[in-house]
Amino acid sequence: MAQKPIEIILMRQLAGSLATPAFVVDEVGTLVYYNEPAEAILDQRFEETGEMRVDAWSKIFAVEDEFRMPIAQADRPTMLALSERRPFSRTVWMRCGHREWWHVNITAFPLIGEGSQFLGAQMIFWEA
Amino acid sequence: MDVTLWGTRGSLATPDPEMARYGGNTSCVGVIGREGTVLVLDAGTGIRRLAAHLPKDVRRIDILLTHLHMDHIQGLGFFVPLFRPDIEVHIWGPGSATLHLQQRLMRYLSPPLFPVHLSELPNIKFHQVPVGECDIGEFSVCSALVCHPGPTVGYRVTDPKGGVLVYLPDHEPALAALTFPALPREWTSGGTLADGADLLIHDSQYSAAEYPGHCGWGHSSLDHTLDFGSLCEVKELVSFHHDPDHTDAELDLMMDRARDARNPGFKVTPGTEGTSFRV
Repeated sequence: MAQKPIEIILMRQLAGSLATPAFVVDEVGTLVYYNEPAEAILDQRFEETGEMRVDAWSKIFAVEDEFRMPIAQADRPTMLALSERRPFSRTVWMRCGHREWWHVNITAFPLIGEGSQFLGAQMIFWEA
Repeated sequence: MDVTLWGTRGSLATPDPEMARYGGNTSCVGVIGREGTVLVLDAGTGIRRLAAHLPKDVRRIDILLTHLHMDHIQGLGFFVPLFRPDIEVHIWGPGSATLHLQQRLMRYLSPPLFPVHLSELPNIKFHQVPVGECDIGEFSVCSALVCHPGPTVGYRVTDPKGGVLVYLPDHEPALAALTFPALPREWTSGGTLADGADLLIHDSQYSAAEYPGHCGWGHSSLDHTLDFGSLCEVKELVSFHHDPDHTDAELDLMMDRARDARNPGFKVTPGTEGTSFRV
């Protein structure tokens, strides 16, 4: 397997030390890491799932806006951070599988390395 | 390829007599290929002595800088071939987010820090890294960013007829890891670069006891270095970038303790100035 960029490695190390739920995705949206607090959101362990392609992990969630209207996948903060390469933050209602709806603020920002190389994005969840 | 250690000390040159056996010159390693390609890995104070041992007919030299901390570039201004128009010198090294490699080097090679301007040197070409794989003479050279403060790369030098040398003189792959090594190679800084190397020259600045007080400084303990070598399944490892406060006797003791603690399944050689290896 190819070496992960050093910025992604360091981001994983940082996320692994945070109490805030965090996802790290690569430049094509593959979820390459989520930390232990995020495992509680996904109701899955990273050790068990490993990396997940974007079409797999994005379907795990139902996401609705403040008016309880569904938000299309392409309009969610992480997808916007990936496609437009700028930060996005939005308060939403979110549900994983059949669990309770969760009122949460999602902040996603692009990861840009040396030479303006686009490496992916990080997503952080804050209880609203 | 023939690999010679011309400077094995980290951070600061140490001409102290109690450090003379391992050597006091800062990072510099010479590589000469079987077809005559000359690579110089870093330009610490060891480069001055390297210059005196170059083949007389050399017309091209490639200097591969891992980063621009002073102990890795201080010898550059005293490298005689830089002043000879009949020798082409190619300098490879990392730029920063805002400055090209050449601009960054100018900060040192210009007054008041140095009397000669970089622009006055006759036959230099600059190449920014990392660039992934590229060919330099008979070698295939791969560069990749690694964990150390500021833009820093490691190099993997491959002789297509056999032999892989990996050079990671300033490297802290254990940074922030809750346990090390816990993750596979692709998730470890430098892990893929060093994969299966015949010879790995690696940072081992601290003892295991010293490392916690220097976490984040960009260097490894000798124990972490041996663990990294095991993770990457290298054939031989050279400890390098010795702390300027470590005497020969202390380095001997550190090596004995780390070998006992880790029992590595590969040959470990303490980096000693003047030592050569055939890879």
